[in-house]
Amino acid sequence: MKLFGILARGAMAGLVFAAASAAQAANIEVKIDNFVFNPQQVTVKAGDTVTWVNHDDIPHTATSKTGVFRSKPLDTDDKFSFTFTTPGSFAYFCALHPHMTGSIVVEAGP
Amino acid sequence: MSHDHDHHEGPSRRKVLECMTWAGTGVLWTISGGVPHSLGLVGEAQAADAKGLTFLQISDSHMGFDKPANPNAKGTLEEAIGQIKAIPTKPSFMIHTGDITHLSKEQEFDDAEKIISQARLDVHYVPGEHDIIDPENKLYKERYGRGTKGSGYYSFDANGVHFMGLVNVANLKGGGMGSLGDEQLAWIEEDLKGKSASTPIVVFAHIPLWTVYPEWGWGTDDSARALTTMKRFGSVTVLNGHIHQVMQKVEGNVTFHTARSTAFPQPAPGSAPSAGPMKVPDDKLRTMLGTASVTFKQGEQRLAIIDTPLAG
Repeated sequence: MKLFGILARGAMAGLVFAAASAAQAANIEVKIDNFVFNPQQVTVKAGDTVTWVNHDDIPHTATSKTGVFRSKPLDTDDKFSFTFTTPGSFAYFCALHPHMTGSIVVEAGP
Repeated sequence: MSHDHDHHEGPSRRKVLECMTWAGTGVLWTISGGVPHSLGLVGEAQAADAKGLTFLQISDSHMGFDKPANPNAKGTLEEAIGQIKAIPTKPSFMIHTGDITHLSKEQEFDDAEKIISQARLDVHYVPGEHDIIDPENKLYKERYGRGTKGSGYYSFDANGVHFMGLVNVANLKGGGMGSLGDEQLAWIEEDLKGKSASTPIVVFAHIPLWTVYPEWGWGTDDSARALTTMKRFGSVTVLNGHIHQVMQKVEGNVTFHTARSTAFPQPAPGSAPSAGPMKVPDDKLRTMLGTASVTFKQGEQRLAIIDTPLAG
């Protein structure tokens, strides 16, 4: 009984913690339209996820300049998500059309 | 920006009708007296007296593309190859200036091969950026990269003309345009070493080797270095694709030309918010893909290419 109580409390605490982080971690969308990443610069918190969605009729990629992330070629309406865990500025481009550039600025989480 | 694409010459009514039946790129080249001339539409070749070496350029077939700008890119490639097969005087070979496929899928390469091989011509390929995006980046190389160097560049000689197939779509850098890279630039120098200045040089690569429109990435960052190496040659012809429209520029000894796509048109530089497949009315599509936009001017020493819209 006593043991059950401890387990239950632990499980509840775990649930509360999970709920709290879920509420804090955001998912930010970057649209690819007309060969442009929109918004071109995004500021997020560590732990947030950025999702790129390609709305063009031509494939694009989101490729980190420093190799931190690299999407597969995204055909029309394909998506790519990456969760940023470390603060910093992450410049990226489209490996097929390298004049397309953008950056994700990651701030320290709460 | 100066674009050398505003020479419009009104096509005759007959020519318009003739060209309406056309689809796809079909620029026929002939080299007589060491200087390549474009004979314009493949259909015109029968009328022209093509002496010496004759070859064909197709580009940007984008197998697998099925978006509104052309839901049947396979069909228009078939039409283009059908026209090529009908040429009475068989060209020596064909070059394909890249974007064979849309997404580098096995099936797309298979479809391209099945259709293009019906022309029964040797085809010399260079990759477009769409041809090297399979996960392991090996399908293009397996099929077309045998005997090539680095990312797939090579050279060969035909009838005294030196051909160089270059790759400017690999290892692209963020913020830049097309790129040849140091290794290939060194090879170009090496490859041309010892060649007589009177040797006609034909260079072909996917992205234009001159800066057509940097805002859309239509150019090659380090092409000036390659062209410097070619300065001593009397005749240099640069054939590209990528921009899905005919454009030409002459600079000193160098003639630059881009061919149309067999798949879909793209807007003229700066005329739309961005590059990309351009949807035109159905009855216009074929005029955007394979019309008499390149004309052979007899008696001219230089390659004579004229951007000739069929409508308007």
